[in-house]
Amino acid sequence: MTSRELADPPDALARANGYHEPPPRVGFFTDTSVCIGCKACEVACKEWNDVPDDGFDLLGMSFDNSGMLGANTWRHVAFVEQPRRLGQQDAGLAGLPTGPSGSDRMTEAVEPRLRAAPRGGTELGTNPLPTGPGRREVQDLGMPSFARPGDGTGAEARTDFRWLMESDVCKHCTHAGCLDVCPTGALFRTEFGTVVVQQDICNGCGYCVVGCPFGVIDRSPLDGRAHKCTLCYDRLKDGLTPACAKACPTESIQFGPLDELRERADRRLADLHQQGVTEAELYGRNPDDGVGGHGSIFLLLDEPEVYGLPPAPVVPTRFAPQIWRRVGAAAVAFAAAAIGAFVSSAAGTRR
Amino acid sequence: MSADRSYYGRPVIKAPVWEAGTAAYLFTGGLAAGTAVLAAGADVVGAERLRRASWLGSFGALLASVVLLIDDLGRPERFHHMLRVAKPTSPMSIGTWLLSAFGPGVGAAAVWELLPARWRSSWPARFLRGLSRVLGLTSATIAPGIATYTAALLSQTAVPGWNEVRQELPFVFAGSAAAAGGGFGMVSAPLAEAGPARAFAAAGAAGELVASRVMERRMGLIGEVYHHGAAGRRRRASELLTVAGLAGTVLVAGRSRAGAAASGAALLAASALQRFGVFEAGVASTKDPRYTVVPQRRRLDDAAEAPTT
Repeated sequence: MTSRELADPPDALARANGYHEPPPRVGFFTDTSVCIGCKACEVACKEWNDVPDDGFDLLGMSFDNSGMLGANTWRHVAFVEQPRRLGQQDAGLAGLPTGPSGSDRMTEAVEPRLRAAPRGGTELGTNPLPTGPGRREVQDLGMPSFARPGDGTGAEARTDFRWLMESDVCKHCTHAGCLDVCPTGALFRTEFGTVVVQQDICNGCGYCVVGCPFGVIDRSPLDGRAHKCTLCYDRLKDGLTPACAKACPTESIQFGPLDELRERADRRLADLHQQGVTEAELYGRNPDDGVGGHGSIFLLLDEPEVYGLPPAPVVPTRFAPQIWRRVGAAAVAFAAAAIGAFVSSAAGTRR
Repeated sequence: MSADRSYYGRPVIKAPVWEAGTAAYLFTGGLAAGTAVLAAGADVVGAERLRRASWLGSFGALLASVVLLIDDLGRPERFHHMLRVAKPTSPMSIGTWLLSAFGPGVGAAAVWELLPARWRSSWPARFLRGLSRVLGLTSATIAPGIATYTAALLSQTAVPGWNEVRQELPFVFAGSAAAAGGGFGMVSAPLAEAGPARAFAAAGAAGELVASRVMERRMGLIGEVYHHGAAGRRRRASELLTVAGLAGTVLVAGRSRAGAAASGAALLAASALQRFGVFEAGVASTKDPRYTVVPQRRRLDDAAEAPTT
């Protein structure tokens, strides 16, 4: 435990934002080691918050068909297929004609086309991707097929297998980039220490979209406003658990006061390390990281970038003093050039 | 090598929702600032035609800026929500208030310039003239902020292509705005009065060239998005036009009206290309997760290697 945490009472963040007698800061602890990829969180979030759909296309990214977080996806379950074991688990593949996962092949086909999409696939990627100048160019993705994967090869082609599943969500940062750059005050810090957009204020300037170092918040093409997870602000007000955590059947998503969740995360990490899952790590647990720690912390089984998370994000506001010093110097240079231009011309005319 | 790992090659951060309108505003905002300082200076030294052309140019660029900015909002009818708060942590909020303070002087001065000559001796016109001189000078003192704050607007984001050039971008934009303002003066004012415009344009162009070169030399991985694709093409064209415009300004713009107009036009085009180039480089840097992940991973690895104290 750092000295900073000992010094910070659980409601310090809300107090710093002007609340009197706020409740303790709450958040999520998403333990990906018990996620089964059922997507109940995605569905519960959509239903409770009345979030519009964003298309029903197959993305070809394992079982992930929502792509990434966005204006209309506030919980997103990532699926990663890897040719290795998870801890001591036996994937039961020894007797099967199993070859490597086909997801690499899919990535190779989709990745260059994502770059050509208007927003590089960050519009959730549910739009059909350009398929080259001919528009009819077909690429074999190896599915569906009647042969089982690896049927053509022998046991030597078999690989081990593990499935990583992670339900991603807004991090409700201690130092939130989206909130800092919002020019209308639409984004605000709630008494629970969470970050919420006031929909009647947001004018869709889009600054929060580039202010977020996690790529969470986005502007909806449907109503021109920015949307993201509210940590079910309305439910919190009534003392209820957020919809996703309520719906999670394995308690992969846990909700509670943040200091309690941090302790739980530490215990779970120690347990997993003891059980031989040495790759387990906590993400967003450290209050001294680039965003001052997350309100929603994660237990991951690989490096963050494997799940599409930035490994060491920094809130852009940290650079503000440095940036404004340089802007100030440039503004002085601009003014000096203008004054110098008139002085030198006047001197030139007199000569 | 773990540095290139990603989630199906998908971007980590969101691409900006801003479109060409915002890139165009970077140019028109700089032009409005550059012409405003020339106009106020021309008013002080009594260069009437440079003053008139520059105030009208500044007003036109300002109107275009406001339209472009509002048009790029998701909910344009709510543009005035920007005026609910003043937030020092938001460069866009600071910019909103800078523009609000900058606008009235430019508007008042432009209205007076547009008054028919036969009305100018009436007392309301004389009052407007006095008011516009004071407000116009105020606008000119705010103009350096207008010319440079857009660099903070871009740099204080998670977009690697904009954030990582935060040291140099304010100087690139300041130079670009001065070159555009001076270039406009060279195009629109007679040779005898355009001396300050030429000097301002030359200083801006030279400053932009140096700052832009320094910026490119210091770039790490994101240098790729500045050198390739549409962004790379625009910035190369911008540099060529800036060099040509600078040479023309120094060598021929003092003697030939056509030479001055051509040099000024080259500098205006160069400024616009520079802004679009920087804007597009940033957008491109959001589309590939490498530009986000690799520098962060390197920072983590360096921190892990460093001896713990």
